[in-house]
Amino acid sequence: MHIVVCIKQVPDSAQIRVHPVTNTIMRQGVPAIVNPYDLFSLEEALRLKDIHGGRVTVITMGPPQAEAALRKCISFGADEAILVTDRAFAGADTLATSYALATAIAQIAKDQAVDMVFCGKQTIDGDTAQVGPGIAKRMDMQLLTYVSQVDSLDITSRTVQVQRRAEGGVQVLTTRLPCLVTMLEGTNEMRFATMDNMFRAARYQLKVWDRVAAGIEDVSKIGLKGSPTVVSKVFAPQAKTQRAEIIDSESGEPRDLALTLISKLFTQHPAMSEAVVKQSA
Amino acid sequence: MAEKFDAIVVGAGPSGNAAAYTLAKSGLKVLQLERGEYPGSKNVQGAILYSDALERIIPDFREDAPLERHIIEQRMWVLDDESFVGTHYRSDEFNKPPYNRYTIIRAQFDKWFSQKAQEAGALLLCETTVSDLIMDGDRVVGVQTDRLGGSVHADIVILADGVNSVLARKAGFRPELNPGDVALAVKEIHFMPEETIQSRFNISGESGVVIEMVGKITKGMMGTGFLYTNKESLTIGVGCMLSDFKKQKVSPNQLLEEMKNHPSIKPLIEGGEMKEYAAHLIPEGGYKAIPQIYGEGWMIVGDSGMFVNAVHREGSNLAMTTGRIAAETIIELAEKQKPFSARNLAAYREKLDASFVMKDLKKYRNMPGIFHRNPQFFTTYPELVNQAAHTMIKVDGIDKKTKEREIRNSFTHRRSLFGLMGDAFKMWRAFE
Repeated sequence: MHIVVCIKQVPDSAQIRVHPVTNTIMRQGVPAIVNPYDLFSLEEALRLKDIHGGRVTVITMGPPQAEAALRKCISFGADEAILVTDRAFAGADTLATSYALATAIAQIAKDQAVDMVFCGKQTIDGDTAQVGPGIAKRMDMQLLTYVSQVDSLDITSRTVQVQRRAEGGVQVLTTRLPCLVTMLEGTNEMRFATMDNMFRAARYQLKVWDRVAAGIEDVSKIGLKGSPTVVSKVFAPQAKTQRAEIIDSESGEPRDLALTLISKLFTQHPAMSEAVVKQSA
Repeated sequence: MAEKFDAIVVGAGPSGNAAAYTLAKSGLKVLQLERGEYPGSKNVQGAILYSDALERIIPDFREDAPLERHIIEQRMWVLDDESFVGTHYRSDEFNKPPYNRYTIIRAQFDKWFSQKAQEAGALLLCETTVSDLIMDGDRVVGVQTDRLGGSVHADIVILADGVNSVLARKAGFRPELNPGDVALAVKEIHFMPEETIQSRFNISGESGVVIEMVGKITKGMMGTGFLYTNKESLTIGVGCMLSDFKKQKVSPNQLLEEMKNHPSIKPLIEGGEMKEYAAHLIPEGGYKAIPQIYGEGWMIVGDSGMFVNAVHREGSNLAMTTGRIAAETIIELAEKQKPFSARNLAAYREKLDASFVMKDLKKYRNMPGIFHRNPQFFTTYPELVNQAAHTMIKVDGIDKKTKEREIRNSFTHRRSLFGLMGDAFKMWRAFE
């Protein structure tokens, strides 16, 4: 079994800020993490490897600093990690990205045939959920999206059974290899790296591929040139929440605090006050 | 796999990084273990960087270290409820490179420092907590981490695991923390445009101002407040002894909220956007609280060894210096192929005794006790000094001689003549 897991390094969206003037995302100082959905797929791939043996290769397309994300995957137990990085990739949309990744995975397959590709359902910074399906289409692989768990894998018959979360229920689907799976959150949890793998990750020499090494010849299909998507405007919606208020009373007694809170609520929401009066009457 | 290293450094703060860098640079095989997600992710400080201590480790640190502002002005405020009496010291001498002190953001600075240690050859593993020391008889021979297959051996283990130092306590190298020996400090970072900071504090370019505060803001507790200028933000915070918080039943965040509303402080931070809130313990027990700092195969550096000079707000420089000197001691022994026995490591303590670290801490050894027993230094005196200034400055038709008498009387009334003399003596004892 040779499984390729596609990952992306993303800014931790829980800590992201939008510049108040330019409306652009302020990446500076925001910690970079492995896209959480990708970790579910990596864990699922590692579980298959635990049962059936084989090899897990992790790949990402991104800037040089994405190395940290790949190293993290090595610490969890991935065998190899490949960073596909080139200035020519800058400005890529999902069409160009899926082309670059599909070509790079085909390059990996020259070394050892790829049986399965795992992707996260989507990234938390782009939210498109298009790259995984794009790769499957380009590589002519069976596609299983929104998978919550891989039930079983039969190496001899080369079939895989998965659970797919769909509207109104769970679908149990079987397909043949090679296939591409995009994973949902929630049914597995990333393992805690062993000390051996921590050492291995710290010392691991990443494979770094530029455009040529990744086997990409047609530059019109990558980067800005290969991206028909145009971002015409970016804006931050107005925040709707109100600032928190610290309520205090002179005595500090819970009773007084509660009374102050209630009177504040009633002053701001007369309807609520009326309703309470009506009910008690 | 039983990996073995020459040295293991537990922690990637200033002391751990100083030790790991110095050791790795000399060619020793060093493993550094940090429980945080990245170096600096769990570290909190005001924060002021004192150049000297770092310069002795990385002389050209100014070239790429993430520094905020170099400090050209130091303000010391004694606050009453609505006023302050202060001294400001500003010198253009501080505005000429090489600069003596900088404000820094620790999350960025620690990452940089750790990167230097890694470039020097130290191997860093993050998100890895050391749970125990591995002993062979009374000798430390390695560490046990929380990971599967997590034991690693080394000839020497340096504990740079901070004020709480669970390891040192577990191993019995250090007693439980005494609430009277640690301060609890809270701080916030408020963002505002560079120009606003420059105009509010009368500074230009990357020069900066530091305000240290004492008085009514701590509500009678032993502690201080501070306000530092960063490039695009202000850091404001307050810290008091943990035992005092417990006694007075004041919550630290409430204390900081009230301090931010002080009429002399509020206009300085107005309009800023609060982006960060942090709290941490600071070991302020001083000289008398310093535990045994070396033994068979182990050494303690930085906050873990209580190396903080609370009077002068110095800590990270003591951390870096103890880390460096511990490493240098190890390097010297390794060169002579001598074992890291307690007997040989005693040189570490001797070197610290001869350095500013122990000399300064020894100088103020009586201070914590004196201030603990005499809260008037944080309540009555700030009030009296402010009242005196107010009386002298207010023009109200009363002659100056009468005013002087009034001030004198206010002092003797509140503290009595003997009380005043006693306090003066105590102050002299504390600072002698």
